[in-house]
Amino acid sequence: MVGEALNARDEILARLRTALADAPPPVEVPRRYRRAAEPADRVEILVDRLEDYQAAVHRDRDALPRILAEVDRLAVPADVPAAWLAGFDGQLHRDAPPLPLAELDSVDAVLTGCAVAIADTGTIVLDAGPTQGRRALTLVPDRHICVVRTDQIVGLVPEAFARLDPRAPLTWISGPSATSDIELNRVEGVHGPRRLEVVLLTPEAAG
Amino acid sequence: MSQRATPPHGGGRITAPLPFPTAARPEVADSQLRANLRRATRTIRGKRQRVVDEVPDWAALRDAGAAIKADVQRRLPELLERFEAAATAAGARVHWARDAAEACRVVVELSRAAGATEVVKVKSMATQEIELNEALAESGIAAYETDLAELIVQLGDDTPSHILVPAIHYNRAQIREIFRRRMADAPPELSDEPRELAEAARTHLRRRFLSAKVAVSGANFAVADTGTLVVVESEGNGRMCLTLPQTLISVVGVEKIVPSFADLEVFLQLLPRSSTGERMNPYTSMWTGVTPGDGPQEVHIVLVDNGRSAVLADPVGRQALSCIRCSACLNVCPVYERAGGHAYGSVYPGPIGAILSPQLTGVADNASLPYASTLCGACYDACPVKINIPEVLIHLRQQAPHPAAERATMRGLSWIMRNPRRYAAALRAARLGTGPLGTSRQRRTGARTLRWLPWPGSAWTQSRDAPLPAPQTFREWWEKR
Amino acid sequence: MRIALFITCVNDIAFPQTGIAVTRILERLGHTVDFPTAQTCCGQMHANTGYRAEALPMVRNYVDVFDRYDAIVTPSGSCTAMVRDQYPHLHPAAASVAARTYELSELLVDVLGVTDVGAEFAERVTYHPTCHGLRMLRLGDKPLALLRQVRGIQLVELGDAEECCGFGGTFALKNPDVSTAMLTDKCRRVLDSGASVLAAADNSCLAHIGGGLGRGRSGVRVMHYAEILASPGAPA
Repeated sequence: MVGEALNARDEILARLRTALADAPPPVEVPRRYRRAAEPADRVEILVDRLEDYQAAVHRDRDALPRILAEVDRLAVPADVPAAWLAGFDGQLHRDAPPLPLAELDSVDAVLTGCAVAIADTGTIVLDAGPTQGRRALTLVPDRHICVVRTDQIVGLVPEAFARLDPRAPLTWISGPSATSDIELNRVEGVHGPRRLEVVLLTPEAAG
Repeated sequence: MSQRATPPHGGGRITAPLPFPTAARPEVADSQLRANLRRATRTIRGKRQRVVDEVPDWAALRDAGAAIKADVQRRLPELLERFEAAATAAGARVHWARDAAEACRVVVELSRAAGATEVVKVKSMATQEIELNEALAESGIAAYETDLAELIVQLGDDTPSHILVPAIHYNRAQIREIFRRRMADAPPELSDEPRELAEAARTHLRRRFLSAKVAVSGANFAVADTGTLVVVESEGNGRMCLTLPQTLISVVGVEKIVPSFADLEVFLQLLPRSSTGERMNPYTSMWTGVTPGDGPQEVHIVLVDNGRSAVLADPVGRQALSCIRCSACLNVCPVYERAGGHAYGSVYPGPIGAILSPQLTGVADNASLPYASTLCGACYDACPVKINIPEVLIHLRQQAPHPAAERATMRGLSWIMRNPRRYAAALRAARLGTGPLGTSRQRRTGARTLRWLPWPGSAWTQSRDAPLPAPQTFREWWEKR
Repeated sequence: MRIALFITCVNDIAFPQTGIAVTRILERLGHTVDFPTAQTCCGQMHANTGYRAEALPMVRNYVDVFDRYDAIVTPSGSCTAMVRDQYPHLHPAAASVAARTYELSELLVDVLGVTDVGAEFAERVTYHPTCHGLRMLRLGDKPLALLRQVRGIQLVELGDAEECCGFGGTFALKNPDVSTAMLTDKCRRVLDSGASVLAAADNSCLAHIGGGLGRGRSGVRVMHYAEILASPGAPA
């Protein structure tokens, strides 16, 4: 098997080199697209785009306790800031040690932070870094409550790439799970979390 | 003759079993299909146009996307080696497959080694192309499609008819019927509301996601510098497959490479807006090898040639390898809208299929596809990576085997038209020869047209009147003035 | 300026009135038009059907015949696109003559700077932008800009105007079912527009649409827009 795989490798690479025998000239990649957004109100744009895709956005200081008051069983990453849970009196399912899938499937919601948010596309990026936990944590529960610090918001997609490390597993989330597979009309809610709630906090308020 | 050897062509579901015009005939006559396609393609065209128009640097993004892909093609062997090294260093195992059969063998062996009797699948064109589900079934392994449209097609024992939305040929009522008949756990009172249909699919697949040992995916992009794979999706079925099973096998065409992680900033803007007409698709997953304690701990990548090196060998045709499978060309194509995807007989339908399938198989095995276009150019305008599809279509037509009668006619016409004297004489003869036809009909009806012509003109007059030569040609008028 | 008319094969034999119209428009504007009789066909049908080798002698003939003119005008978006887009790849010396080959509206609007050609045409007209003019030559609204200046004309909107009519040269013969389905939709849009005349920049597309409209006995006439610009006084 190993020998055969090696043969396939060498043969494919040889075929590709043969195919390029005409020696196509080098290509200069023109990067005249916008790499950074003009100073505009990123928060407003992000909110607009998130709401356009049926995510619920909360901007007031009391949003988090208010939302959590209606949650009984809440999953959180091991390093969730204590301040986010102030006043929460439901069942806390901390992902340390890692929760079994069945338990994740039974909670009402998961609360995490994020790595970056992109205003232009209404996207939240998770990189399994601080306050986010592993990927399954934000996937199996049906409701994802995500805290976005306003200093995590960038304007455009290229700005997000500049902040991310590809060695981490990345999940880009733009609204709740959706499908366009029936008559190409978008409907929200399939396999991923059917509710996405974004809580915007200033860096100070986020702790 | 010392001609350079062309790399071998590919196999799998990429050859049209019937010529396009024959396969298209019943599809065009199916008024339900026509209505479904018309509605769906119109919806998506409008959405795409709106989200493209709001991007001030769309043209610059297209230029960059096209150039990155052209650069990748030029450096493909080196970039693949770099990708392999980076992915391996990150804990992935990289396999290579020369053709569809070899790719299927690799996936079957890996699935068996993982002890799987079933696998969950993320929608992937590459696995459709190599007919992986059939190969797995032959080996006693059940493959479960988890993308809603793929699930509909699989339950309906059908084949995909669109790159992005494989079940585009069904409307909601037809989808409800398939679910009622074939989905054991579908609620008996299931309506045709898309929300309810999606809910039924969620319930149907939930347990399978939570218990699957092996997942099979494709990849939208593979980053050479870092060994990262990218899957772009909407429903979360992709995240389920890419995150929960212990083993992940990704089948990736060798052309999916992009050089650097930052290059994705171009394609993640071009792709969602061009495909589903969204600013961003709901979910994009990127993973690099194995992350301890997070996601699959056995990560395999199968790099597939299956005719791609043959496509690369054609300096004009190789731009087809730039395709990012967005489907924008299908959605704007007037031919696709009437004929539907099945008429193309390949997993790659529409304008991109008409240039990709014949190149993967060799033009002789898909000779009708380069002609399945009016060359109207709508596809080229919509393409986010500026593939000049009409140019490649015309190029492939030169290589297509030509019917003998057509060849004789074309040569005869060329012999006449290349010479001004022969040409002028022929015009005069045509005018004189058809003169009586014209005058008799013109006398009766006032129209200078014919309602019927013998073969091959009958293909024209079956649905339209044919113009007749004028009583006096332009050059005759010119000479007399 | 030495302007030559490239009539195109289809127009020469079947639609001479279009060439006559182009001649009259340009002469009315004070230009001299030459018609080099050694011209034949641009070779588009051969090249686009897969017979590039058979098209090459026609390409050479075009370059030989027209190279000496300052401008070549053609009442066909499709043939202009063939010359401009494909010729430079087919003939080493074609780039210059290709760049001097203009579709009628390009010559009038871009080169001669005219939009009002002094025409009068009192009918309800709708305009179909044919694909090669629209997407290869990027004619934009140049033909419409010319039509808007015509006295008495009533221009009405054509729905889905930018969608192909289904002609596509030999496509109409090789794929008759799909071609007919596209034609049917185009004819419906033309009828929905309420126009009595359908105008376009290509007589081949017009023959196709007109043939479909004729089959439906719709009463809508098809005309090359040059014939409208030459009115009054254009031959019927």
